Amino acid sequence: MKNPLDSLWGTVISGLVLTVVLHFLVRAMMGG
Amino acid sequence: MTWDFIQHGLGRWLHIGAGVMWIGMLYYFNFVQVSALANAAKDTPPTGAGITKHVAPRALLFFRWAAVVTWLGGALLLGDKLDDAFFFKERAYFPIGVGAWLGTIMLFNVWVLIWPNQKKVLGLMPASDEEKAKARRVAFLASRTNVMLSIPMLYFMVASHGVLRAQVHFFA
Repeated sequence: MKNPLDSLWGTVISGLVLTVVLHFLVRAMMGG
Repeated sequence: MTWDFIQHGLGRWLHIGAGVMWIGMLYYFNFVQVSALANAAKDTPPTGAGITKHVAPRALLFFRWAAVVTWLGGALLLGDKLDDAFFFKERAYFPIGVGAWLGTIMLFNVWVLIWPNQKKVLGLMPASDEEKAKARRVAFLASRTNVMLSIPMLYFMVASHGVLRAQVHFFA
């Protein structure tokens, strides 16, 4: 499997996916 | 001049100003310089020497020290809430805590992975061709990792005043 960080778009999309995952994780931790 | 002004006024100004420099340089390296140097290497003869010799070392100088100032400005801004954020002690500090951890990982990447390896790549310290090739790959992946982490980092830096505000105010 190709490393997504080798491409700029792969890097940006990985960052956006990580943002969504962390958003819901933090919201759950905060009781929201 | 009160301590509150120094901490929340000057601290925030310093944190954001240095952060613009740090992340601006990070995005310059990843969105501009990497592909520009790849194109320059295909020229006959290669034309990237000036960037490698004159631009990259200067950009790296401001990049790595702006990272330090950004982190220190953030620590000043958090003040006695630093441990609440880093150790997730108070719910209101969860979003900024995630942002602070992401920023800290990025600072680690700058000083432990990117800068020591870039010194080999740019010829600022002696290295064999094999060592340079390995250093180039490590520095590249660490830099790309920082671009990836910068996206949620910026989100959580503003989240406590933005999209997660309702939760923050409810539990504060």
